[in-house]
Amino acid sequence: MREIWALTRKDLLIEARAKVVATQVLPFAMVVLILFGLALDADRSTLRSFTPGLFWVATLFAAILAIQRSVSIETSSSAFEALRLSGAPGWKLFAGKALAVAIQLLVIEAALALGVVVLYRSSFADPVLVVTAALAATVAIASAGSLYGVLAVGMGVRDTILPMLLLPILAPVLVAATRAFDDGLGTTAVNGWSWCGMLAFFAVVYSTVGALAYAVVIEDA
Amino acid sequence: MPITTETGVAPPLTDSGGTGSRLTRLLGAVSLLGLAVLLVFAFVLTNPDERVDEASNIVTGQSDAVRLLYVHVPVAVVAYAAFTMTAIGCVMVLWKNSTWWDIVASASAEIGVLFCGLTLVTGSIWGRPIWNTWWEWGDVRLMTTMILFLIFVGYLAYRRTMTDSRMRARRSAVVGIIGAINIPIVYKSVEWWENRTLHQQSSLTDGKLEDLTLFALMLGMIVFLVVYTWLMVHRFRIGWLEHQADTAGLASAIAERRAQAPDAIRNAVTDLRSSAADTRGE
Repeated sequence: MREIWALTRKDLLIEARAKVVATQVLPFAMVVLILFGLALDADRSTLRSFTPGLFWVATLFAAILAIQRSVSIETSSSAFEALRLSGAPGWKLFAGKALAVAIQLLVIEAALALGVVVLYRSSFADPVLVVTAALAATVAIASAGSLYGVLAVGMGVRDTILPMLLLPILAPVLVAATRAFDDGLGTTAVNGWSWCGMLAFFAVVYSTVGALAYAVVIEDA
Repeated sequence: MPITTETGVAPPLTDSGGTGSRLTRLLGAVSLLGLAVLLVFAFVLTNPDERVDEASNIVTGQSDAVRLLYVHVPVAVVAYAAFTMTAIGCVMVLWKNSTWWDIVASASAEIGVLFCGLTLVTGSIWGRPIWNTWWEWGDVRLMTTMILFLIFVGYLAYRRTMTDSRMRARRSAVVGIIGAINIPIVYKSVEWWENRTLHQQSSLTDGKLEDLTLFALMLGMIVFLVVYTWLMVHRFRIGWLEHQADTAGLASAIAERRAQAPDAIRNAVTDLRSSAADTRGE
Protein backbone atom coordinates (compact mmCIF):
# COMPACT_ATOMS: atom_id res chain seq x y z
CA MET A 1 0.00 0.00 0.00
CA ARG A 2 2.91 2.32 0.81
CA GLU A 3 4.24 2.15 -2.78
CA ILE A 4 0.78 2.71 -4.25
CA TRP A 5 0.14 5.75 -2.10
CA ALA A 6 3.65 7.11 -2.75
CA LEU A 7 3.02 7.03 -6.50
CA THR A 8 -0.46 8.53 -6.15
CA ARG A 9 0.88 11.23 -3.84
CA LYS A 10 3.69 12.00 -6.30
CA ASP A 11 1.21 12.51 -9.17
CA LEU A 12 -1.11 14.61 -7.02
CA LEU A 13 1.80 16.73 -5.76
CA ILE A 14 2.96 17.37 -9.33
CA GLU A 15 -0.60 18.37 -10.20
CA ALA A 16 -0.84 20.61 -7.12
CA ARG A 17 2.30 22.43 -8.25
CA ALA A 18 1.74 22.51 -12.01
CA LYS A 19 -2.08 22.91 -11.76
CA VAL A 20 -2.62 21.60 -15.32
CA VAL A 21 -5.83 19.73 -14.47
CA ALA A 22 -7.13 22.62 -12.39
CA THR A 23 -6.36 25.37 -14.90
CA GLN A 24 -6.82 23.53 -18.20
CA VAL A 25 -8.74 20.25 -17.93
CA LEU A 26 -11.41 21.46 -15.51
CA PRO A 27 -12.17 24.66 -17.46
CA PHE A 28 -12.25 22.54 -20.64
CA ALA A 29 -14.93 20.28 -19.08
CA MET A 30 -16.98 23.35 -18.14
CA VAL A 31 -16.59 24.75 -21.68
CA VAL A 32 -17.93 21.46 -23.06
CA LEU A 33 -20.90 21.71 -20.73
CA ILE A 34 -21.61 25.27 -21.90
CA LEU A 35 -21.12 24.35 -25.58
CA PHE A 36 -23.72 21.59 -25.23
CA GLY A 37 -26.17 24.17 -23.96
CA LEU A 38 -25.37 26.51 -26.86
CA ALA A 39 -25.41 23.77 -29.52
CA LEU A 40 -28.70 22.27 -28.37
CA ASP A 41 -30.23 25.74 -28.08
CA ALA A 42 -32.55 24.10 -25.66
CA ASP A 43 -34.91 25.19 -22.96
CA ARG A 44 -33.99 24.04 -19.48
CA SER A 45 -36.37 21.06 -19.43
CA THR A 46 -34.67 19.55 -22.52
CA LEU A 47 -31.22 20.17 -21.05
CA ARG A 48 -32.33 18.62 -17.78
CA SER A 49 -33.48 15.46 -19.53
CA PHE A 50 -30.16 15.25 -21.43
CA THR A 51 -28.06 16.01 -18.35
CA PRO A 52 -26.90 12.42 -17.60
CA GLY A 53 -25.54 11.89 -21.14
CA LEU A 54 -24.00 15.36 -21.40
CA PHE A 55 -22.39 14.99 -17.98
CA TRP A 56 -20.67 11.71 -18.87
CA VAL A 57 -19.60 12.80 -22.36
CA ALA A 58 -17.99 15.89 -20.81
CA THR A 59 -16.36 13.65 -18.20
CA LEU A 60 -14.96 11.32 -20.88
CA PHE A 61 -13.49 14.23 -22.86
CA ALA A 62 -11.89 15.61 -19.70
CA ALA A 63 -10.66 12.11 -18.77
CA ILE A 64 -8.75 11.85 -22.08
CA LEU A 65 -6.85 15.03 -21.21
CA ALA A 66 -6.26 13.97 -17.59
CA ILE A 67 -4.89 10.60 -18.74
CA GLN A 68 -2.63 12.21 -21.34
CA ARG A 69 -1.33 14.48 -18.60
CA SER A 70 -0.79 11.52 -16.25
CA VAL A 71 1.32 9.78 -18.90
CA SER A 72 3.22 12.87 -20.02
CA ILE A 73 4.60 13.49 -16.52
CA GLU A 74 6.18 10.04 -16.70
CA THR A 75 7.51 10.30 -20.25
CA SER A 76 9.29 13.59 -19.59
CA SER A 77 12.78 13.02 -18.13
CA SER A 78 12.37 9.27 -18.78
CA ALA A 79 10.51 8.83 -15.50
CA PHE A 80 9.09 5.51 -16.70
CA GLU A 81 12.63 4.16 -16.51
CA ALA A 82 12.74 5.20 -12.84
CA LEU A 83 9.36 3.57 -12.21
CA ARG A 84 10.61 0.31 -13.68
CA LEU A 85 13.78 0.49 -11.60
CA SER A 86 11.83 1.23 -8.42
CA GLY A 87 11.32 -2.50 -7.97
CA ALA A 88 7.62 -2.12 -7.24
CA PRO A 89 5.47 -4.77 -8.96
CA GLY A 90 3.51 -3.73 -12.05
CA TRP A 91 0.11 -3.96 -10.37
CA LYS A 92 1.18 -1.52 -7.65
CA LEU A 93 2.46 0.97 -10.23
CA PHE A 94 -0.85 0.59 -12.08
CA ALA A 95 -2.88 1.06 -8.90
CA GLY A 96 -0.91 4.18 -7.94
CA LYS A 97 -1.31 5.82 -11.34
CA ALA A 98 -4.98 4.83 -11.69
CA LEU A 99 -5.81 6.09 -8.18
CA ALA A 100 -4.27 9.49 -8.95
CA VAL A 101 -6.28 9.76 -12.18
CA ALA A 102 -9.44 8.63 -10.36
CA ILE A 103 -9.05 11.30 -7.66
CA GLN A 104 -8.57 14.00 -10.31
CA LEU A 105 -11.59 12.72 -12.23
CA LEU A 106 -13.73 12.80 -9.08
CA VAL A 107 -12.81 16.46 -8.60
CA ILE A 108 -13.75 17.17 -12.23
CA GLU A 109 -17.04 15.28 -11.81
CA ALA A 110 -17.85 17.25 -8.64
CA ALA A 111 -17.29 20.49 -10.56
CA LEU A 112 -19.40 19.21 -13.47
CA ALA A 113 -22.17 18.21 -11.04
CA LEU A 114 -22.18 21.75 -9.71
CA GLY A 115 -22.21 22.96 -13.33
CA VAL A 116 -25.29 20.95 -14.32
CA VAL A 117 -27.14 22.08 -11.19
CA VAL A 118 -26.41 25.75 -11.92
CA LEU A 119 -26.54 25.75 -15.74
CA TYR A 120 -29.13 23.05 -16.47
CA ARG A 121 -31.05 23.30 -13.15
CA SER A 122 -30.76 19.57 -12.64
CA SER A 123 -31.39 18.05 -9.24
CA PHE A 124 -30.31 14.83 -7.60
CA ALA A 125 -33.31 12.68 -6.77
CA ASP A 126 -31.19 9.82 -5.41
CA PRO A 127 -27.77 11.14 -4.28
CA VAL A 128 -26.62 7.73 -3.01
CA LEU A 129 -27.18 6.16 -6.44
CA VAL A 130 -25.49 9.10 -8.18
CA VAL A 131 -22.39 8.90 -5.95
CA THR A 132 -22.17 5.10 -6.20
CA ALA A 133 -22.51 5.18 -10.01
CA ALA A 134 -19.94 7.98 -10.26
CA LEU A 135 -17.45 6.05 -8.11
CA ALA A 136 -17.84 2.81 -10.10
CA ALA A 137 -17.66 4.62 -13.47
CA THR A 138 -14.62 6.62 -12.34
CA VAL A 139 -12.74 3.45 -11.34
CA ALA A 140 -13.56 1.91 -14.75
CA ILE A 141 -12.49 5.04 -16.68
CA ALA A 142 -9.31 5.59 -14.63
CA SER A 143 -8.29 1.90 -14.88
CA ALA A 144 -8.83 1.58 -18.63
CA GLY A 145 -7.34 5.03 -19.19
CA SER A 146 -4.20 4.41 -17.15
CA LEU A 147 -3.49 1.21 -19.05
CA TYR A 148 -4.23 2.65 -22.49
CA GLY A 149 -2.31 5.81 -21.67
CA VAL A 150 0.87 3.74 -21.26
CA LEU A 151 0.04 1.73 -24.38
CA ALA A 152 0.06 4.99 -26.34
CA VAL A 153 3.49 6.01 -24.98
CA GLY A 154 6.19 6.24 -27.63
CA MET A 155 3.69 6.54 -30.47
CA GLY A 156 4.23 9.49 -32.78
CA VAL A 157 0.45 9.79 -32.94
CA ARG A 158 -0.27 9.39 -29.21
CA ASP A 159 -2.75 12.26 -29.06
CA THR A 160 -4.98 10.75 -31.72
CA ILE A 161 -4.56 7.03 -31.01
CA LEU A 162 -5.46 7.29 -27.30
CA PRO A 163 -9.06 8.53 -27.80
CA MET A 164 -9.51 6.12 -30.71
CA LEU A 165 -8.53 3.17 -28.53
CA LEU A 166 -10.07 4.31 -25.28
CA LEU A 167 -13.47 5.75 -26.20
CA PRO A 168 -14.90 2.58 -27.82
CA ILE A 169 -14.02 0.41 -24.82
CA LEU A 170 -15.50 3.04 -22.51
CA ALA A 171 -18.73 3.23 -24.55
CA PRO A 172 -20.47 0.54 -22.42
CA VAL A 173 -19.39 2.48 -19.30
CA LEU A 174 -20.87 5.64 -20.82
CA VAL A 175 -24.18 3.86 -21.50
CA ALA A 176 -24.39 2.32 -18.03
CA ALA A 177 -23.35 5.52 -16.21
CA THR A 178 -25.88 7.56 -18.20
CA ARG A 179 -28.69 5.11 -17.39
CA ALA A 180 -27.75 5.05 -13.70
CA PHE A 181 -27.74 8.87 -13.66
CA ASP A 182 -31.11 8.85 -15.48
CA ASP A 183 -32.51 7.17 -12.39
CA GLY A 184 -30.37 9.12 -9.92
CA LEU A 185 -31.41 12.47 -11.39
CA GLY A 186 -35.00 11.34 -11.89
CA THR A 187 -34.99 12.09 -15.64
CA THR A 188 -36.10 8.60 -16.77
CA ALA A 189 -37.75 5.76 -14.90
CA VAL A 190 -35.11 3.01 -15.12
CA ASN A 191 -33.59 0.72 -12.53
CA GLY A 192 -30.38 2.64 -11.89
CA TRP A 193 -28.98 0.11 -9.46
CA SER A 194 -28.91 -2.66 -12.10
CA TRP A 195 -26.87 -0.31 -14.34
CA CYS A 196 -24.69 0.38 -11.32
CA GLY A 197 -24.04 -3.36 -11.19
CA MET A 198 -22.85 -3.23 -14.80
CA LEU A 199 -20.56 -0.31 -13.95
CA ALA A 200 -19.12 -2.31 -11.05
CA PHE A 201 -18.56 -5.22 -13.46
CA PHE A 202 -16.57 -3.01 -15.85
CA ALA A 203 -14.68 -1.42 -12.95
CA VAL A 204 -13.59 -4.86 -11.73
CA VAL A 205 -12.72 -6.15 -15.23
CA TYR A 206 -10.72 -3.09 -16.33
CA SER A 207 -8.86 -2.76 -13.03
CA THR A 208 -8.02 -6.49 -13.02
CA VAL A 209 -6.82 -6.50 -16.64
CA GLY A 210 -4.89 -3.29 -16.00
CA ALA A 211 -3.19 -4.70 -12.91
CA LEU A 212 -2.22 -7.88 -14.78
CA ALA A 213 -1.11 -6.21 -18.02
CA TYR A 214 0.68 -3.12 -16.67
CA ALA A 215 3.95 -4.97 -16.08
CA VAL A 216 3.92 -6.09 -19.74
CA VAL A 217 3.16 -2.70 -21.27
CA ILE A 218 5.43 -0.63 -19.02
CA GLU A 219 8.38 -2.75 -20.16
CA ASP A 220 8.26 -1.14 -23.61
CA ALA A 221 7.19 2.33 -22.43
CA MET B 1 3.77 -10.85 -56.35
CA PRO B 2 6.99 -11.39 -54.43
CA ILE B 3 7.81 -8.85 -51.71
CA THR B 4 10.87 -6.80 -52.52
CA THR B 5 13.15 -5.36 -49.89
CA GLU B 6 16.16 -3.07 -49.97
CA THR B 7 18.33 -6.14 -50.00
CA GLY B 8 16.52 -8.11 -52.64
CA VAL B 9 13.51 -10.37 -52.89
CA ALA B 10 12.06 -12.16 -49.87
CA PRO B 11 11.70 -15.89 -50.50
CA PRO B 12 8.15 -16.68 -51.63
CA LEU B 13 6.12 -19.19 -49.66
CA THR B 14 4.80 -20.98 -52.69
CA ASP B 15 6.13 -22.15 -56.04
CA SER B 16 4.10 -19.52 -57.86
CA GLY B 17 5.78 -16.72 -55.90
CA GLY B 18 2.44 -15.56 -54.42
CA THR B 19 0.36 -16.60 -51.46
CA GLY B 20 -1.71 -19.14 -53.38
CA SER B 21 -1.27 -22.89 -53.16
CA ARG B 22 -3.22 -25.98 -54.11
CA LEU B 23 -5.06 -25.81 -50.77
CA THR B 24 -6.03 -22.14 -51.15
CA ARG B 25 -7.17 -22.68 -54.73
CA LEU B 26 -9.38 -25.52 -53.49
CA LEU B 27 -10.69 -23.37 -50.65
CA GLY B 28 -11.37 -20.54 -53.13
CA ALA B 29 -13.27 -22.84 -55.47
CA VAL B 30 -15.31 -24.28 -52.59
CA SER B 31 -16.03 -20.74 -51.33
CA LEU B 32 -17.32 -19.53 -54.69
CA LEU B 33 -19.35 -22.67 -55.28
CA GLY B 34 -20.74 -22.51 -51.74
CA LEU B 35 -21.75 -18.86 -52.16
CA ALA B 36 -23.54 -19.72 -55.43
CA VAL B 37 -25.43 -22.60 -53.77
CA LEU B 38 -26.29 -20.38 -50.80
CA LEU B 39 -27.77 -17.77 -53.17
CA VAL B 40 -29.90 -20.46 -54.82
CA PHE B 41 -31.19 -21.55 -51.41
CA ALA B 42 -31.75 -17.98 -50.23
CA PHE B 43 -33.51 -16.67 -53.35
CA VAL B 44 -35.12 -19.74 -54.94
CA LEU B 45 -35.57 -22.76 -52.72
CA THR B 46 -36.65 -21.19 -49.42
CA ASN B 47 -40.02 -19.52 -48.98
CA PRO B 48 -40.63 -15.92 -47.99
CA ASP B 49 -41.60 -15.42 -44.34
CA GLU B 50 -45.37 -14.99 -44.58
CA ARG B 51 -47.84 -16.04 -41.91
CA VAL B 52 -51.60 -15.55 -42.15
CA ASP B 53 -53.43 -14.59 -38.99
CA GLU B 54 -56.52 -16.81 -39.06
CA ALA B 55 -58.71 -14.45 -37.06
CA SER B 56 -58.08 -11.29 -39.08
CA ASN B 57 -56.80 -12.92 -42.31
CA ILE B 58 -53.88 -10.45 -42.35
CA VAL B 59 -50.51 -11.59 -43.74
CA THR B 60 -47.64 -10.93 -41.33
CA GLY B 61 -43.93 -11.80 -41.28
CA GLN B 62 -40.76 -10.50 -42.92
CA SER B 63 -41.74 -11.50 -46.47
CA ASP B 64 -38.73 -11.51 -48.86
CA ALA B 65 -36.55 -9.49 -46.46
CA VAL B 66 -35.94 -12.70 -44.52
CA ARG B 67 -33.68 -13.86 -47.38
CA LEU B 68 -31.06 -11.33 -46.29
CA LEU B 69 -30.77 -13.15 -42.97
CA TYR B 70 -29.12 -16.12 -44.73
CA VAL B 71 -26.15 -13.78 -45.18
CA HIS B 72 -26.54 -11.48 -42.15
CA VAL B 73 -26.58 -14.19 -39.47
CA PRO B 74 -23.64 -16.22 -40.90
CA VAL B 75 -21.40 -13.17 -41.39
CA ALA B 76 -22.18 -12.08 -37.81
CA VAL B 77 -21.26 -15.53 -36.49
CA VAL B 78 -18.02 -15.56 -38.51
CA ALA B 79 -17.18 -12.05 -37.22
CA TYR B 80 -17.48 -13.36 -33.65
CA ALA B 81 -15.35 -16.39 -34.59
CA ALA B 82 -12.70 -14.15 -36.17
CA PHE B 83 -12.48 -11.87 -33.13
CA THR B 84 -12.35 -14.92 -30.86
CA MET B 85 -9.41 -16.20 -32.92
CA THR B 86 -7.76 -12.77 -32.49
CA ALA B 87 -8.25 -13.05 -28.73
CA ILE B 88 -6.69 -16.54 -28.69
CA GLY B 89 -3.79 -15.22 -30.77
CA CYS B 90 -3.29 -12.30 -28.37
CA VAL B 91 -3.22 -14.61 -25.34
CA MET B 92 -0.70 -16.86 -27.11
CA VAL B 93 1.50 -13.85 -27.97
CA LEU B 94 1.76 -12.91 -24.29
CA TRP B 95 2.14 -16.53 -23.20
CA LYS B 96 4.57 -17.85 -25.83
CA ASN B 97 5.98 -14.59 -27.20
CA SER B 98 5.16 -15.95 -30.64
CA THR B 99 5.35 -14.03 -33.93
CA TRP B 100 3.26 -16.72 -35.62
CA TRP B 101 0.35 -16.07 -33.26
CA ASP B 102 0.77 -12.31 -33.63
CA ILE B 103 0.30 -12.62 -37.39
CA VAL B 104 -2.71 -14.93 -36.83
CA ALA B 105 -4.25 -12.37 -34.42
CA SER B 106 -3.75 -9.48 -36.81
CA ALA B 107 -4.95 -11.39 -39.90
CA SER B 108 -8.06 -12.59 -38.08
CA ALA B 109 -8.81 -9.08 -36.77
CA GLU B 110 -8.67 -7.66 -40.31
CA ILE B 111 -11.09 -10.27 -41.61
CA GLY B 112 -13.23 -9.92 -38.48
CA VAL B 113 -13.55 -6.17 -39.10
CA LEU B 114 -14.58 -6.90 -42.69
CA PHE B 115 -17.26 -9.39 -41.57
CA CYS B 116 -18.41 -7.16 -38.70
CA GLY B 117 -18.79 -4.29 -41.19
CA LEU B 118 -20.81 -6.59 -43.46
CA THR B 119 -22.96 -7.55 -40.46
CA LEU B 120 -23.74 -3.88 -39.78
CA VAL B 121 -24.44 -3.12 -43.46
CA THR B 122 -26.65 -6.17 -44.10
CA GLY B 123 -28.43 -5.60 -40.79
CA SER B 124 -29.10 -2.00 -41.73
CA ILE B 125 -30.47 -2.97 -45.16
CA TRP B 126 -32.69 -5.62 -43.51
CA GLY B 127 -33.83 -3.16 -40.84
CA ARG B 128 -35.14 -0.59 -43.34
CA PRO B 129 -38.19 -2.62 -44.48
CA ILE B 130 -38.67 -4.56 -41.22
CA TRP B 131 -38.05 -1.92 -38.54
CA ASN B 132 -38.72 1.02 -40.85
CA THR B 133 -35.32 2.51 -40.07
CA TRP B 134 -31.73 2.14 -41.29
CA TRP B 135 -30.40 2.57 -37.77
CA GLU B 136 -32.02 2.12 -34.38
CA TRP B 137 -30.24 3.87 -31.53
CA GLY B 138 -32.33 2.11 -28.90
CA ASP B 139 -31.22 -1.36 -30.01
CA VAL B 140 -28.56 -2.64 -27.70
CA ARG B 141 -27.19 -5.33 -30.05
CA LEU B 142 -26.74 -2.81 -32.84
CA MET B 143 -24.88 -0.54 -30.45
CA THR B 144 -22.68 -3.25 -28.98
CA THR B 145 -21.84 -4.60 -32.47
CA MET B 146 -20.86 -1.12 -33.62
CA ILE B 147 -18.68 -0.73 -30.50
CA LEU B 148 -17.03 -4.10 -31.22
CA PHE B 149 -16.37 -2.95 -34.80
CA LEU B 150 -14.78 0.31 -33.58
CA ILE B 151 -12.68 -1.48 -30.95
CA PHE B 152 -11.07 -3.73 -33.57
CA VAL B 153 -10.69 -0.87 -36.07
CA GLY B 154 -8.75 0.80 -33.24
CA TYR B 155 -6.72 -2.41 -32.73
CA LEU B 156 -5.71 -2.41 -36.41
CA ALA B 157 -4.94 1.33 -36.37
CA TYR B 158 -2.84 0.83 -33.24
CA ARG B 159 -0.80 -1.90 -34.89
CA ARG B 160 0.09 0.47 -37.71
CA THR B 161 1.62 3.01 -35.30
CA MET B 162 4.54 0.70 -34.39
CA THR B 163 7.46 -0.55 -36.45
CA ASP B 164 9.21 -2.67 -33.81
CA SER B 165 7.59 -6.10 -34.32
CA ARG B 166 8.22 -7.37 -30.77
CA MET B 167 6.77 -4.26 -29.17
CA ARG B 168 3.85 -4.25 -31.61
CA ALA B 169 3.03 -7.88 -30.83
CA ARG B 170 3.02 -7.49 -27.03
CA ARG B 171 1.24 -4.15 -26.86
CA SER B 172 -1.42 -4.93 -29.42
CA ALA B 173 -2.03 -8.28 -27.67
CA VAL B 174 -3.14 -6.35 -24.58
CA VAL B 175 -5.42 -4.15 -26.71
CA GLY B 176 -6.85 -7.24 -28.45
CA ILE B 177 -7.60 -9.03 -25.19
CA ILE B 178 -9.41 -6.01 -23.74
CA GLY B 179 -11.38 -5.71 -26.99
CA ALA B 180 -12.32 -9.36 -26.80
CA ILE B 181 -13.98 -8.82 -23.42
CA ASN B 182 -16.77 -7.19 -25.39
CA ILE B 183 -17.46 -10.30 -27.52
CA PRO B 184 -19.59 -12.13 -24.89
CA ILE B 185 -21.29 -8.83 -24.01
CA VAL B 186 -22.35 -8.34 -27.64
CA TYR B 187 -23.45 -11.96 -27.92
CA LYS B 188 -25.50 -11.92 -24.73
CA SER B 189 -26.78 -8.36 -25.09
CA VAL B 190 -30.17 -9.42 -26.48
CA GLU B 191 -30.82 -11.69 -23.50
CA TRP B 192 -29.48 -9.26 -20.91
CA TRP B 193 -31.43 -6.22 -22.17
CA GLU B 194 -34.60 -7.77 -23.51
CA ASN B 195 -36.55 -4.53 -23.18
CA ARG B 196 -33.90 -2.48 -25.04
CA THR B 197 -33.69 -4.34 -28.32
CA LEU B 198 -35.67 -4.92 -31.47
CA HIS B 199 -33.59 -8.02 -32.18
CA GLN B 200 -35.30 -11.32 -31.56
CA GLN B 201 -33.76 -13.93 -29.28
CA SER B 202 -31.82 -16.70 -30.97
CA SER B 203 -34.13 -18.69 -33.27
CA LEU B 204 -31.53 -21.40 -33.79
CA THR B 205 -31.77 -22.80 -30.28
CA ASP B 206 -35.54 -22.62 -29.72
CA GLY B 207 -36.37 -25.00 -32.60
CA LYS B 208 -38.89 -22.70 -34.29
CA LEU B 209 -37.24 -22.69 -37.74
CA GLU B 210 -38.46 -24.77 -40.66
CA ASP B 211 -36.12 -27.49 -41.89
CA LEU B 212 -35.13 -25.75 -45.14
CA THR B 213 -34.66 -22.38 -43.45
CA LEU B 214 -32.49 -23.97 -40.78
CA PHE B 215 -30.51 -25.83 -43.45
CA ALA B 216 -29.94 -22.65 -45.48
CA LEU B 217 -28.75 -20.82 -42.35
CA MET B 218 -26.37 -23.65 -41.44
CA LEU B 219 -25.14 -23.80 -45.03
CA GLY B 220 -24.50 -20.04 -44.88
CA MET B 221 -22.43 -20.45 -41.75
CA ILE B 222 -20.34 -23.25 -43.24
CA VAL B 223 -19.81 -21.32 -46.50
CA PHE B 224 -18.73 -18.13 -44.72
CA LEU B 225 -16.46 -20.12 -42.42
CA VAL B 226 -14.75 -21.54 -45.53
CA VAL B 227 -14.49 -18.00 -46.97
CA TYR B 228 -12.96 -16.87 -43.65
CA THR B 229 -10.45 -19.75 -43.74
CA TRP B 230 -9.55 -18.96 -47.35
CA LEU B 231 -8.96 -15.28 -46.59
CA MET B 232 -7.10 -16.17 -43.37
CA VAL B 233 -4.58 -18.40 -45.14
CA HIS B 234 -3.83 -15.69 -47.72
CA ARG B 235 -3.66 -12.87 -45.16
CA PHE B 236 -1.49 -14.94 -42.85
CA ARG B 237 0.94 -15.70 -45.66
CA ILE B 238 1.14 -12.01 -46.59
CA GLY B 239 1.81 -11.19 -42.93
CA TRP B 240 4.49 -13.87 -42.74
CA LEU B 241 6.18 -12.55 -45.90
CA GLU B 242 6.10 -9.03 -44.46
CA HIS B 243 7.72 -10.38 -41.29
CA GLN B 244 10.40 -12.15 -43.35
CA ALA B 245 11.04 -8.99 -45.35
CA ASP B 246 11.39 -6.96 -42.13
CA THR B 247 13.75 -9.55 -40.65
CA ALA B 248 15.81 -9.72 -43.84
CA GLY B 249 16.00 -5.92 -43.96
CA LEU B 250 17.14 -5.73 -40.34
CA ALA B 251 19.70 -8.53 -40.74
CA SER B 252 21.14 -6.84 -43.80
CA ALA B 253 21.31 -3.43 -42.06
CA ILE B 254 23.18 -5.02 -39.12
CA ALA B 255 25.59 -6.80 -41.50
CA GLU B 256 26.19 -3.57 -43.42
CA ARG B 257 26.88 -1.70 -40.16
CA ARG B 258 29.27 -4.39 -38.98
CA ALA B 259 31.12 -4.26 -42.31
CA GLN B 260 31.62 -0.54 -41.81
CA ALA B 261 33.17 -1.07 -38.35
CA PRO B 262 36.80 -1.95 -39.39
CA ASP B 263 36.97 1.11 -41.68
CA ALA B 264 35.59 3.32 -38.93
CA ILE B 265 38.11 1.98 -36.40
CA ARG B 266 40.99 2.40 -38.92
CA ASN B 267 39.91 5.99 -39.64
CA ALA B 268 39.59 6.78 -35.94
CA VAL B 269 43.08 5.40 -35.24
CA THR B 270 44.52 7.43 -38.13
CA ASP B 271 42.81 10.58 -36.84
CA LEU B 272 44.14 9.97 -33.34
CA ARG B 273 47.68 9.42 -34.63
CA SER B 274 47.64 12.56 -36.74
CA SER B 275 46.24 14.66 -33.88
CA ALA B 276 48.91 13.23 -31.53
CA ALA B 277 51.58 14.13 -34.11
CA ASP B 278 50.17 17.64 -34.35
CA THR B 279 50.32 17.98 -30.58
CA ARG B 280 53.99 16.93 -30.54
CA GLY B 281 54.64 19.48 -33.30
CA GLU B 282 55.92 16.97 -35.81
